[in-house]
Amino acid sequence: MAYSDKVVDHYNNPRNVGTLDKGSQEVGTGLVGAPECGDVMRLQIRVNPETQVIEEAKFKTFGCGSAIASSSLATEWIKGRTVEDALAIKNTDIVKELSLPPVKIHCSVLAEDAIRAAIGDWKKKNGVAEAAPAATTAQ
Amino acid sequence: MSTVASQVEVPAGVSLPIYMDNHATSPLDPRVLEAMMPFFTNKFGNAASRNHSFGWEAEQAVETAREQIAKLIGASAKEIIFTSGATESNNLAIKGIAEMYRERGNHIITQVTEHKAVLDTCKRLEKYGYRVTYLPVKADGLIDLEDLKRAIDDKTILVTIMAANNEIGVLQPIREIGKICHEKGVLFHTDAVQAVGKVPVNVIADNIDVLSLSGHKIYGPKGVGALYVRRRNPRVQIASQIDGGGHERGMRSGTLNVPGIVGLGKACEIAMQEMDSEAAYLIGLRDSLKAKLESELDYIHVNGTMEHRLPGNLNMSFVYVEGESLLMGINDVAVSSGSACTSATLEPSYVLKALGLGDDVAHSSIRFGLGRFNTQAEVDYVAAKVIDIVKKLRELSPLYEMVKEGIDLTKIEWQAH
Repeated sequence: MAYSDKVVDHYNNPRNVGTLDKGSQEVGTGLVGAPECGDVMRLQIRVNPETQVIEEAKFKTFGCGSAIASSSLATEWIKGRTVEDALAIKNTDIVKELSLPPVKIHCSVLAEDAIRAAIGDWKKKNGVAEAAPAATTAQ
Repeated sequence: MSTVASQVEVPAGVSLPIYMDNHATSPLDPRVLEAMMPFFTNKFGNAASRNHSFGWEAEQAVETAREQIAKLIGASAKEIIFTSGATESNNLAIKGIAEMYRERGNHIITQVTEHKAVLDTCKRLEKYGYRVTYLPVKADGLIDLEDLKRAIDDKTILVTIMAANNEIGVLQPIREIGKICHEKGVLFHTDAVQAVGKVPVNVIADNIDVLSLSGHKIYGPKGVGALYVRRRNPRVQIASQIDGGGHERGMRSGTLNVPGIVGLGKACEIAMQEMDSEAAYLIGLRDSLKAKLESELDYIHVNGTMEHRLPGNLNMSFVYVEGESLLMGINDVAVSSGSACTSATLEPSYVLKALGLGDDVAHSSIRFGLGRFNTQAEVDYVAAKVIDIVKKLRELSPLYEMVKEGIDLTKIEWQAH
């Protein structure tokens, strides 16, 4: 299949690849997807406890090029936002930005789930009330 | 910043993209094209025209091709029926036998890793009241002959088992299968589209009653294939599925594709002459590719037995890397993946799943299909490129990181979606 230039760019030069210390109080970790489905995303955020701004975001993804691009883009978008702002990101925004074809929409859904899961984990750790039911976090 | 884009150097003499997907189709051998050319232009006659030289010339060319094909598989020319390809050959064989032998029984035996042209044909027959047994395969991709023996009953009319698998290249024990069938008085059809011209296939020694083959898998043209139909011990009868002018002994009507048939014949003649040396050459390339990958990468394994395998086939899983993302990284190399993301159905390869592989491992598979025109320099480049991309994608893979940390991935509650 043909990929959009933006997908190719994120695939060739993925942003914010890496691992944050999941034991840290400031770090939220979201692990979504399943190996048997062919995609697993782990998205991590480090949140400033004072400002609730996401100062750092890291990801690792097992999945197709669109899944890698969706999670790479997600880390770019959430960095510098407050957790509440980050929750406003919708999978359809990712679809639009990356020009994902219909068969790849689930990659964007997974990226949105990963954001929600990471923020949910951070909120749980820090005793912040959930605004809305978020996806469950693994680990 | 990490980068996945590869900087592997292209060796001298290698031009990109590299074609390494010869199980899907193979390039036309220039010698085949040369043989075909006159039959597109001045030798355009209809092989069924009996009263002028144009027709005789075409008919003679068709009969020569019939001889060439028959010779390659140990048959006689009269036993070769031309078709549009192996899908049609498989349909004609299975449906034609099912229809012709309906009074004798309604049971057909096949196995789970067959091509869809066989499986879907069997499924259609089930709708018409036939009973089909789908034998399982072992982890090595081979059927268990004891399973076959047990499955044959007094209503069994046909066993259809492929000679070589298109994904994993595994060679089924057709000689033993044919022997069992003949002992039990059951017809044996084999889809030999991947095997003919690559490994020795002999319809007499291998006890084959009906055999499908195709031109474009053996460096011949697309759109032409053949069906071998045994004429004695036993004489196999097949009900035609395409009716019309009674061509091909009434089994397959329609004006013959003379240039295609000439090409198929020539391709068989070349295969006959070069099979042994070509097989040795391809095994050399294949084993070199495998050794290079294994020397640099962990968590990789071959799918299907190495012992009974097509010379040019290597199907490997690069665990913790998703197949489509790997293909994207080696986009100047044409190979296939068993990943769901590369299929229209979003399901990973049913062949790999039949071996007992988890979906996650099936998603990580790549099929390398080496062929006549591949070179060692291409293999060197492909190996270096795959190693480079797999390493980079594993740096990106949360699964690889977790496994390296000693986490048991099977203990995690994944959220299937």
